[in-house]
Amino acid sequence: MTAGRNASSDLTLLTAAAAVAAIERGELSPAELFEAYRGAAAADELNAYLWVAEDAHDPPPPGLALAGVPLAVKDLFCTEGVPSQAGSKILEGYRPPYTASVVARLSAAGAPLLGKTNQDEFAMGSSNENSAFGPVLNPWDRTRVPGGSSGGSAAAVAAGSAPWALGTDTGGSIRQPAALCGIVGLKPTYGTVSRYGMIAFASSLDQAGPLTRDVTDAALLLQHMVGHDARDATSIGFPGEIELPRGDSLKGIRLGVPEELSGDGVGIEAGVLDAFNATLKLAESLGASVETCHLPHAPHALSAYYVLAPAEASSNLARYDGVRYGKRIENDGLVGMYTKTRSQGFGREVKRRIMLGTYSLSSGYYDAYYGRAQRVRTKIADDFRVAFDQFDFVVTPTAPSVAFELGAKTADPLSMYLNDYCTVPMSLAGIPAISIPNGLSAGLPTGFQLCGPAFSENRVLGAAFALEQAIGFEASGGRT
Amino acid sequence: MLDREQVLHVARLARLELTEDEVDRMSEELSAVLGHIEKIGELDLDGVPPTTHVVEVSNALRPDEVEPSLAREVALANAPAVADGGFLVPSPQADAGPNVTSSEGQSLR
Repeated sequence: MTAGRNASSDLTLLTAAAAVAAIERGELSPAELFEAYRGAAAADELNAYLWVAEDAHDPPPPGLALAGVPLAVKDLFCTEGVPSQAGSKILEGYRPPYTASVVARLSAAGAPLLGKTNQDEFAMGSSNENSAFGPVLNPWDRTRVPGGSSGGSAAAVAAGSAPWALGTDTGGSIRQPAALCGIVGLKPTYGTVSRYGMIAFASSLDQAGPLTRDVTDAALLLQHMVGHDARDATSIGFPGEIELPRGDSLKGIRLGVPEELSGDGVGIEAGVLDAFNATLKLAESLGASVETCHLPHAPHALSAYYVLAPAEASSNLARYDGVRYGKRIENDGLVGMYTKTRSQGFGREVKRRIMLGTYSLSSGYYDAYYGRAQRVRTKIADDFRVAFDQFDFVVTPTAPSVAFELGAKTADPLSMYLNDYCTVPMSLAGIPAISIPNGLSAGLPTGFQLCGPAFSENRVLGAAFALEQAIGFEASGGRT
Repeated sequence: MLDREQVLHVARLARLELTEDEVDRMSEELSAVLGHIEKIGELDLDGVPPTTHVVEVSNALRPDEVEPSLAREVALANAPAVADGGFLVPSPQADAGPNVTSSEGQSLR
C-alpha cells in the first residue's frame, strides 16, 4: 500500500491531532496539508462530497489551536456563499447569507472549510440513499452503504479524503455511519453545541458532533465546538472544558449492558454481538466491571422517535414553500405554487415523514400519538437516570448489523428505521454517546456504543480512549 | 390503517400532491410504520408528564434592543422572485377548486 503513495497521500495518513502537532513543530505547512486534502476530496470516487473548496486557503494566522487542519462539513450546515442544500433538491441553488455558529467557531479556531459532504435529504435516513444527489459508497466495500444520515462525512473520514468532519445526529445519524465506516462518532449532550445555522430536522433532538479517525481527534474537535450561543434559544454550552483523553485503565468503572438493546432476540447480527462481547471482555481486563442492566422502555424508543421526529420535521419543513429560497414551481395561485413546489422538491422519504408527522399531529390523533410519545420519552430518560445510579456507563452495539448492500432496505421503510434501534434511546434522553470501531465481522467494521449522563463527555471520551487503545482497531481497510 | 381518503386528507394538510402510485404506496407504508408505533398504546402512562425538551432551559430572553441584521438585498438574494424590496408570490385569489380555498390556505400558514 505504501509503495506508490505520493507525498500528499502520506500527509493524509496523519490523524488531525498529529497534523496539528506537526504544524506546530514547523514540520508541515497548513497550505500543503490543505492542498493534499483538497486534492483527495476532489478525486473522491465515493460521492462523499457535494462541494469541494476550489482554492487553497489563505493560511490561518499561526498559533491557532487547530493550526489550519481542514474540516469537511455535512451539507446541512449553512456556510456563507457556499451551496448548503441539506441533500435536497428543494434547496437548489441556495447559498446562505450566513454561517452556522459551530462552523464559524471551528473556522476561528483554525479549521478551514474543505468541503460539504453528502447526506440523506434533511438528515432523514440510515443509508445515505435518500440524498437527492445519489448515494454515498462505503469505502470498505463500494457495493454497500456508509450508513446515514451523515454518510458523506463518515465515508470521507474513513477513506482519508478528510482529516475529520462535522455531522449531525437526531436518532443515530453520527454514530451509525461512524460504526458502518469504522471510525469514531460522538453525539454530544443536547444543548452543548449550537444549532444556529443547522438546517433543522427535529429541533428537540438534532445535535452536531464530530466524526473522526480516533477518540483523541473527537475530543480535540469537540473542544472547539461546545459553548453557549445566544442565537440558539436551547443552547446551554458545556460546564468546564473538553479535555484530551489519556489513561489506559478502566479500574473501578461499572459498565451496564442493557438486556433490551443487546440480548438475544433483539435482532442484532451474530458477528456484531461477537465483537461486542469481545470488547466487554477487554473492558474487564482493563479493570471494569460488566453487568446486565435494564432500560425497560428502550424497546419503545423507536416508536416514540418515529412519532416525535416526523412531527417536528413536518413543522420545520413547512418553511420550504418556494417563497424565500430554493426551488419554486410556478402554478396557479399561492397554495397551488406551494403544493407544486413541495411535491416536486421533496424526495420520497421526506414526503413520507412529513405525512407521518402531519398525521400524528392532526386533530383527533394528537393525544394517541404525539402526547403518548412525549410521555414515553420521559420514561426513557428516567430509565437512564436509574441505570446511571448504578453504572458509570451504558454500553451497546451501535448498529444491529454491519454495512448492508445498496438497495437492500430501500423498499421497506420499517426495516431501515430499525437501524436506529440502539441509538435512538440516547437521543430521546439527550445524553452523550460515542461509537468507536471495535472489530470486523466478515471484513466489515462493527461499532461499540458507550453513553453516560448529560455533560459526562470527558468521562465518556476517557473510557472510549482506554478501550480504543486496547482494541487496537486497524483502520487502513477503509483507506484504499 | 391509513386508507386512501386519510392519505389524501393528510397530504392536503401538508401541501403535498401525490400521484396515484404514491397514494397507494403511502397508505401501505404508513400503515406498516403506524402498526409498529401503536405498540406504545399498550404502555401504562397515567400520570407521566410529557417531555418537550430534555434539558432544563427556561425562557431565553434578551434585551429588546435593535441589533444589526441582514441587509434587505442580502435577505432577498436567494428568493425565486422579488418585487419592490419584498418576496413576490402568486396571488392567493387565484387559488381555486373544491379542496383548496384561500381562507384555508391562510389559516394553515
